[in-house]
Amino acid sequence: MTKDNMIQVENLTKMFGDFTAVNNISFEVGKGEVFGFLGANGAGKTTAMKMLIGISEPSHGNATVAGYNVLTQAEQVKKNIGYMSQRFSLYNDLTIKENIVFFGGIYGLSSADIKEKSQAMINELGLHDMADSLVGSLPLGWKQKVAFSVALLHNPKIVFLDEPTGGVDPITRRQFWEMIYKQANRGVTIFVTTHYMDEAEYCDRVSIMVAGKIEALDTPKNLKHQFQVDSMNQVFLKLARNIE
Amino acid sequence: MNRFIGFIKKEFYHILRDRRSLFILFGMPIVQVMLFGFAITNEINNVDIAILDHSKDVNTKEIINKIATSKYFSIKGFISHEDEIEPTFRKGKIKAVLNFEKDFSKNLVTQKKATVQILTDATDPNTANTISNYIGSILQNYQQELNQGLNLPYQIIPKTRMVFNPELKSVYMFVPGVMTIILMLVSAMMTSISITKEKELGTMEILLVSPLNPFQVIVGKVVPYILLSIINAVVIILLSIFVFKMPVQGSLFLLGAESTLFIINALSLGILISTIAATQQAAMMTSLMGLMLPVILLSGFIFPISSMPLPLQMISNIIPAKWFIIIIKGIMLKGVGLAYVWKETVILIGMTIFFIGLSVKKYKIRLE
Repeated sequence: MTKDNMIQVENLTKMFGDFTAVNNISFEVGKGEVFGFLGANGAGKTTAMKMLIGISEPSHGNATVAGYNVLTQAEQVKKNIGYMSQRFSLYNDLTIKENIVFFGGIYGLSSADIKEKSQAMINELGLHDMADSLVGSLPLGWKQKVAFSVALLHNPKIVFLDEPTGGVDPITRRQFWEMIYKQANRGVTIFVTTHYMDEAEYCDRVSIMVAGKIEALDTPKNLKHQFQVDSMNQVFLKLARNIE
Repeated sequence: MNRFIGFIKKEFYHILRDRRSLFILFGMPIVQVMLFGFAITNEINNVDIAILDHSKDVNTKEIINKIATSKYFSIKGFISHEDEIEPTFRKGKIKAVLNFEKDFSKNLVTQKKATVQILTDATDPNTANTISNYIGSILQNYQQELNQGLNLPYQIIPKTRMVFNPELKSVYMFVPGVMTIILMLVSAMMTSISITKEKELGTMEILLVSPLNPFQVIVGKVVPYILLSIINAVVIILLSIFVFKMPVQGSLFLLGAESTLFIINALSLGILISTIAATQQAAMMTSLMGLMLPVILLSGFIFPISSMPLPLQMISNIIPAKWFIIIIKGIMLKGVGLAYVWKETVILIGMTIFFIGLSVKKYKIRLE
């Protein structure tokens, strides 16, 4: 394993009874990389991701995240990752500030630290007027931006984003990806699943899962070249059709 | 520790900002205690009765007077013929009719016995029974007065004393029961709902990805409800003492400790339900059907366990509420100490450990 690899996956497999949800996948993700994890619904993306964030046990194989083994050092893994789920990750009946304080708290940040960070975050997102309003009253795009910032509160080395922009308008999606790039430039590794193929173009490298296996893994440019098409959308469709 | 306080704070925000749960938590206990205490009662007070007096002599007058001056009855009419009895009952107001035979006094003197018929409206059998018992004892009383100074050859006078609840106040029976129901409901239902809510919204996943371990998550969710349930228990006990004048003969400390034990027992049931139920709705239904009904029907709160068929009696043993009701009745009414309720206490502790063990086993640490 090279030192710069933040995620190292070897022959990772997850079986539910006879059904193999994730079939022997291997890949690695480097520091500061934006790694797109693509696949149709039911291809096994979410299951693979759950193994990496330590809430599902692999049936076979090995994975290290931020240098820690997901099976034996789950606690260390959890301290070093941020996670934002496709379902909403904040509490709607708490204000933005209260959410920040709560999540800062469970990641063991000191009160002074939380205060400083929440101020910085509110400034950065321009949320002065909304800091004390309930999260439930915010538009979806704003919620997701806040959720992303909250997932970064404890300075994780890697952030896992599970379909973060589902249902969000194109402009906000754009802004969201600007936030992602900003973090990647700071050295944070981004592991993102998405169904939007234009977003796949933004990634440094992309893997495409079909029926539990990784069928393609390269930069968007190389993938397009390999499949002789001119958009990720076509790569995706070609791949999925070939397999079927 | 800081994490923990933050977690509890967050839980209180949830509770305080949700009016429905706030009402269930604090409105319901008070409403229920008041309802059971005032409205639902099997005592009789100022029952309307009518008199059919065929003899109108000194003895019947004395008896009627005695009845009229008791607080249990008020005489709402005199009728003069048997035919009027049924129409009187039909109107619904009159619950009993006293029918004195002709020549009551004369018979009493010459034959040494006279008859009075007590007719009660038995559409409500319990009340009818109580009314006839009360009238019976007034008559018995009068008879003893008549016999005073006379030397009767044989006489058996039953002297009944209702121990621990001499006035047969039904509040004494309802308060422990209502307290049990409320603690069970608040603790089990509210915790199971609040845990499944996080599952439903997806925030449970976020919590499990955080460095908190599942055990800390559950404890964090449960502790606020322990506090709220203890407050509820205190409110109910204060209401029963000051509003219903119910005595607490035994140690308040023991009462508090046993209530806390029962609260923890109910919470562990709530956690168990939340491991089975996937949605808030399912959690609510399971709590209502699986906990409320057995608590009301099989705990001995309303229906005495000793008169149930054997299979139900056996089932009642696995209901924690049954043991808790025995304990609090013992402490509040009989004033007993731990020496007399240790067996029930041990059973409750055992059940709690069993429920917690089962939940830990069922709880999917790694959400599939």
